[in-house]
Amino acid sequence: MVAYRAGVPLRAGDFLADVMRVAAALPERRHVLNACADRYRFTVAFAASLVANKVSLLPSTHTPEVIRQLTQFAPDVFCLTDDARCQIDLPRVRFPELVPAEVPPWPPLEIEADRLAAYVFTSGSTGTPLPYQKTWGRLVNCVRFEAQRLGLLDDRSHALVGTVPPQHMYGFESTVLLALQSGNAFSAGRPFYPADVSSELASLPAPRMLVSTPVHLRTLLASGVELPALDLVLSATAPLSQNLAREVEEHYATRLLEIYGSTETGQIATRRTAETVEWQLFEGVRLFAQGESAFAEGGHVEQRTPMCDVLEITAADRFLLHGRLSDLVNIAGKRSSLSYLNHQLNAIPGVVDGAFFVREPDDGSFSGVTRVAAVVVAPELDAAGLSEQLRRRIDPVFMPRPLLFVDSLPRNDTGKLPHDSLRALAATAMKRT
Amino acid sequence: MSDKASPLRQPAPPADNAALQREVAGLIVAALNLDVAAAEIDVQAPLYGDGLGLDSIDILEIALVVSKQYGIQLRADSEENEQIFRSLAYLADYIAAHRTK
Repeated sequence: MVAYRAGVPLRAGDFLADVMRVAAALPERRHVLNACADRYRFTVAFAASLVANKVSLLPSTHTPEVIRQLTQFAPDVFCLTDDARCQIDLPRVRFPELVPAEVPPWPPLEIEADRLAAYVFTSGSTGTPLPYQKTWGRLVNCVRFEAQRLGLLDDRSHALVGTVPPQHMYGFESTVLLALQSGNAFSAGRPFYPADVSSELASLPAPRMLVSTPVHLRTLLASGVELPALDLVLSATAPLSQNLAREVEEHYATRLLEIYGSTETGQIATRRTAETVEWQLFEGVRLFAQGESAFAEGGHVEQRTPMCDVLEITAADRFLLHGRLSDLVNIAGKRSSLSYLNHQLNAIPGVVDGAFFVREPDDGSFSGVTRVAAVVVAPELDAAGLSEQLRRRIDPVFMPRPLLFVDSLPRNDTGKLPHDSLRALAATAMKRT
Repeated sequence: MSDKASPLRQPAPPADNAALQREVAGLIVAALNLDVAAAEIDVQAPLYGDGLGLDSIDILEIALVVSKQYGIQLRADSEENEQIFRSLAYLADYIAAHRTK
């Protein structure tokens, strides 16, 4: 079994036939933006691209600005989508209807380890997304280590439900690749509301696994919705508190494992949060301290890569996570940098000067979710107009709350914006509204 | 997709939901810690994306508030789902029709 849709199993043979059918329908271009929302179609599309020797582009968001930047990175990129209403401004290929049909026999499919399978992108400080390559061999090794660590390489086929999209590195590794590489099956949907998460899980046979994030887990618990028996819960994209981890384990009578990683490195460590705050690295991966943080190397990591969090190495394969490095912001699992956001803001015609800042919890952001705010000097623009421009460039979760219009920013002689001055300005501006 | 262009424009929601609209607006502002006063929210403006500018994280939180306050479990497959967050007026309408508390 490869997957389930609404409880109906999709078998490996059908999957391979679907892959070959889609591979034959792809144009002669080398780069593909896989925008399929359905997890099964995404996986078929990814596999078809791999088989057809194409490279999948996996940016973290599909705003018009990011799409424009993708075409600069790869001018031949086309969009493969399963949504008739897709508005992405690229040559679009519609995911074909998968009807049972005569599919010609194909040679055994072998993908060499150093095949370039995909590019993922992070928000660079210059306002342009930075590409990171993902080769097939390393992707496979990574999720095999994951499967081993999670205890999934037994005789049972687990059915997993993800609340995360397959395009995001976490969803890509832990729902799509994990299932394919470990004899487990994923569910095609992406449930959102607690009642839907429950019914999607209930449509699957045991043993079941939920792949989710702290925001979703917190909401599930608070909703009071009952879930069917769960073998395992996975959480990633932002650190989970021990209290929440214990509550999840107790309430759903399950194990919860947390994953730590990054877009650049993929996942590199896990912990059983209810029992310990210390992370354990995957086999072969090592951290080397650098300033407050560290870089990761070895194992399935493509190349020596700086990590973006404050890390404290406690043993050869263990570390503690102390928080983000100051330029970075993580909102409900989506990561960006203040430099990137500022670049986007200041690129808008009519913006004279502008700066984002993170709203710390004592500013009143609602439980568990950080937000960003921004101050801007833009005499010719109004809030609605500027917001509309911003929305074309950045992911919705990074939209500033609030967006404060001021006469000038308190930059010092060297042009820098001292943290305290910025906050004082924002505090004054907020009192005015 | 503009309401004004659609030949199947929905009739305006009944006026007696005004009190419920204010109540729901208050719950949303409190739950999301928005910097706008409840009374200032345009009842016809979109909640998601443009308009109030809420994102999917907010929608999840609103769904939680709606379930606790009115006893309604939102689901993505209900036909009305596309409409629910179209505006505060639509949301209040939906709540009025389905509340169990």
